[in-house]
Amino acid sequence: MTTTQETLVPFEEVLERYDPALGLEVHVELNTATKMFCGCPATFGGEPNTNVCPTCLGLPGSMPVVNRKAVESAIRIGLALNCSIAEWCRFARKNYFYPDMPKNFQTSQYDEPICFDGYMDVDVDGETVRVELERAHMEEDTGKSTHMGGATGRIHGADYSLVDYNRAGIPLIEIVTKPITGVGEKAPAVARAYVAQLRDLIVALGVSEARMDQGNLRADVNLSLAPKGSGLLGTRTETKNVNSFRSVERAVRYEMQRHAGVLDAGRAILQETRHWHEDTGITTSGREKSDAEDYRYFPEPDLVPVAPSREWVEELRGTLPENPTERRARLQAEWGFSDLEMRDTVGAGALGLVEETIAAGASPAAARKWWLGELARRANDTGAEISDLGVTPAHVARVQALVDEGALNDKLARQVLDGLLAGEGTPDEIVAARGLAVVSDEGALSAAVDAAIAANPDVAAKIRDGKVAAAGALIGAVMKEMKGQADAGRVRELVLEKLS
Amino acid sequence: MSASLSRDEVAHLAVLARIDLTDAELDHLAPQLSVILESVASIQGVADADVPPTSHALPLTNVFREDVVEPCLSPEEALSGAPAQEQQRFSVPRILGDEQ
Amino acid sequence: MTDLRRSAADLAAELESGATTSVELTQASLDRIAEVDGSIHAFLAMNADDALAAAKASDERRAAGTLASSLDGVPIAVKDVLATRGITTTCGSRILEGWVPPYDATVVARVRAAGLPILGKTNMDEFAMGSSTEHSAYGTTHNPWDLSRIPGGSGGGSAAAVASFQAPIALGTDTGGSIRQPGAVTGTVGVKPTYGGVSRYGLVALANSLDQVGPVTRTVLDSALLHEIIGGHDPKDSTSIDRPLPALVEAVKEGASGDLTGVRVGVVTELGGEGYQAGVLARFHESLELLTKAGAEVVEVSCPHFVHALATYYLILPAEASSNLARFDAMRYGLRVLPDGIEAPSAEDVMRATREAGFGDEVKRRIIIGTYALSSGYYDAYYGQAQKVRTLISQDFAAAFERADVLVSPTAPTTAFAIGEKVDDPMAMYLNDLATIPANLAGVPGISVPSGLADEDGLPAGFQILAPALADDRCYRVGAALETLLLEQWGGPLLDKAPALDGETR
Repeated sequence: MTTTQETLVPFEEVLERYDPALGLEVHVELNTATKMFCGCPATFGGEPNTNVCPTCLGLPGSMPVVNRKAVESAIRIGLALNCSIAEWCRFARKNYFYPDMPKNFQTSQYDEPICFDGYMDVDVDGETVRVELERAHMEEDTGKSTHMGGATGRIHGADYSLVDYNRAGIPLIEIVTKPITGVGEKAPAVARAYVAQLRDLIVALGVSEARMDQGNLRADVNLSLAPKGSGLLGTRTETKNVNSFRSVERAVRYEMQRHAGVLDAGRAILQETRHWHEDTGITTSGREKSDAEDYRYFPEPDLVPVAPSREWVEELRGTLPENPTERRARLQAEWGFSDLEMRDTVGAGALGLVEETIAAGASPAAARKWWLGELARRANDTGAEISDLGVTPAHVARVQALVDEGALNDKLARQVLDGLLAGEGTPDEIVAARGLAVVSDEGALSAAVDAAIAANPDVAAKIRDGKVAAAGALIGAVMKEMKGQADAGRVRELVLEKLS
Repeated sequence: MSASLSRDEVAHLAVLARIDLTDAELDHLAPQLSVILESVASIQGVADADVPPTSHALPLTNVFREDVVEPCLSPEEALSGAPAQEQQRFSVPRILGDEQ
Repeated sequence: MTDLRRSAADLAAELESGATTSVELTQASLDRIAEVDGSIHAFLAMNADDALAAAKASDERRAAGTLASSLDGVPIAVKDVLATRGITTTCGSRILEGWVPPYDATVVARVRAAGLPILGKTNMDEFAMGSSTEHSAYGTTHNPWDLSRIPGGSGGGSAAAVASFQAPIALGTDTGGSIRQPGAVTGTVGVKPTYGGVSRYGLVALANSLDQVGPVTRTVLDSALLHEIIGGHDPKDSTSIDRPLPALVEAVKEGASGDLTGVRVGVVTELGGEGYQAGVLARFHESLELLTKAGAEVVEVSCPHFVHALATYYLILPAEASSNLARFDAMRYGLRVLPDGIEAPSAEDVMRATREAGFGDEVKRRIIIGTYALSSGYYDAYYGQAQKVRTLISQDFAAAFERADVLVSPTAPTTAFAIGEKVDDPMAMYLNDLATIPANLAGVPGISVPSGLADEDGLPAGFQILAPALADDRCYRVGAALETLLLEQWGGPLLDKAPALDGETR
């Protein structure tokens, strides 16, 4: 395992001398009930090797049969991405050996993808970038290996591996961009925005959970540098193991800096696959391949061509949700957000979360406040995505509702948030367990105010004299006494009442 | 286009096909394969560019199944042929390649 | 006392009349196997207990009046390339030694559901690659007509079992002639259905676009009866035809009348002549005479691209096979061999060592050729080109079927050759498939019917009848007609002329 010291050129300098070109390959694991080519359940988790049959195990004699729903989802994804839908296409075998692939070939599509030549308009810090798409095609997922005996659980250094084929055969749609050029310093942001917004689109279509942390949305990042203004494309590297939107951005940035270091030194970029490490923020080289992999593609002889009728395609077009640009405009109008507020929401990958929080009863302003404020801050601290915090829109709406009712104040609400992040349960459960409810018992409040007045005669005197601002000290004392579980506004009222 | 296979080419193909051919086999196979290849190379130029390829004898299209769960194998059945197993999974020797 | 020489149809009649029971019949077959298979070696695995239990169940159904099919209770042998739950399935290879599938092939499930006891699995060339059964990893099968000769391949086991009365009927598979050619050299009947006419689910694939499962029997009627049981659409096989089979048994009955008035029979110029044994050709021409006397009109047709059929086949098959056989990698089932001299072998090391030890020479040859034909830089010239020539061959058939209702030829160029004679000469071996390969490339159905014994050596030859795709009934009609006419001429079945086997009393 090599970690040779790579020279990283400062980011700004990279752009002085080079133009980056990006390519993104995103795999979406569909949420169909069954696998791509057999009737086994396509569910996540479960005991190993319980969702397998002769076909997805690749037993001798087994044969594939195409899942209609997967084809439908592929077409809908293609239409939502403005692609042309093939009138006739086939599956092809991609031949290579790997223990998590039961047939030692993957049934995929080669030169006849079901969707091709599309685009997605991506919002990047207020600017619209059109990302051109090469294709979207259908293929099947592999099994999952657990590496045993090594120190790290990683593949290198393991003694042996245990393979579970539950995941083998689950439908995947692979979406490939054309090279994205002319984005300069925005390359990392464009990559991130593309993946995040593609995710939103996939979720809106209802075809996948599309969660990077669960592996049902996977991104491989390709990057190359060319001399600035040359109009050429450089040698690219592919980076895998990029498991969050943040990693996408960081990996692009890192590779740009690394490529520049190599090229500046007069060396050539090795065309290879690299592995991203989120913890150290670097890429490392994959194993040197002595034989360039020749996949020996040929049309899958056990399957017949897929020829979606134009009627079927139009029928599916009718089931598409509104396109992202239209949707954003509509939501912005509905929510009354400013352009900046909307841009920030989209940029944070919070659009869907805000929408769901509003649907659960919160006001748009409140939803935005939580997701882009406190929750975004927490996510940033831990390096997670806001969608991966374990806090749901329903939770957020409930917390806000409790605040609106006066049952919580902002400070208490933040403590409830701590509880949510720690997985202690629902907001109501946390309030009860931690005893966080605002005390609304007037008697108790009154007694506490009296006590504070008695303990601070000088302050009380000032207030009686009309210096209302001094009330703050008394309010603070009462809040401290009540362990924060009081409505500060009501306390202030009581203080002023009693001292008027 | 040469229609014969050198010993080295055969060795390379054996690597692609994951078969550890012995030296004796390489010596033995290469000439046999060349003879076969020469014979099959006779189809060069037989078909014009505009002849469509056949991948299926019968022109079926759009054969699908509905997205409905069907019975699976039990884990015991699935693992019944396994040369080695552990924790209800197939035990395989250490994998050298990268995660795919 | 059961006469095991009877056809399956006759045995079914005996079961019906009460002259015998399925248990008796099945036991008699098992006894026969014990008696003669030492010399023949048709069987790789026996399924005695399960067969007898199935026979008993059949007899009970008969008593209750709830028969499952026209052949309920008639035992059958199954080529070892078809997955049989609970019975080893080796495909004639070491790499699957002892493998017991956890599922049944669709055709096996249909045969079981029809009430046929499965006697055992029959020998074959490894992964169906061969024309002599000499490439089996478990020893060759011997031709009952002459034990020093091959029984044909790849399905020599099924044909020999049926020819030596160990089983009345059997299942075989045909990719380039593996049912028809053994039929020809053992004096039995073999049918390759229209591609897609019989399910391939559970058939360990050799060349997916060429393979078909079909009947191996002693009479044309028996083939039709078995074909009707196994054939028809299977949702588990995406390439299977979603239409009812034509009426095959009816076609046999029509043909058996011996009247072929108005039937145009096309003799394919390219499937005869040089390379064909004189005695084989003589029997072929005599059969043609008989068909003419029966009212058929014989025309000569040329299929010019058939001369490229062998080359096309030996590019398409290895390409598909090389990919199909990649799954045998020691990880999930089958043989696992650890390489010598490596302390902590990797998965790759184990894969390579296992495939080296587990595959025979012919399999290795075809995997290498297939890998080459598909590799980048060569795809267009080899595999791509072969798929185009395949189209030309299909077009030749289409043109020929405008002028003839069926096309005929000798099934194989020679009678059974000696064991060991061609096994080291791959090209010589491949030539056995000259006449049978075109049908697989175009997906059309074909039957081989015994045409008689060649004068030079007294060994059987076969008459092949091909029909357009979906017109399997034409093969059966013309086959049945020829069978009837030849039976008349011979005064009894051809197999009566086969020599007695060791331990056999006649």
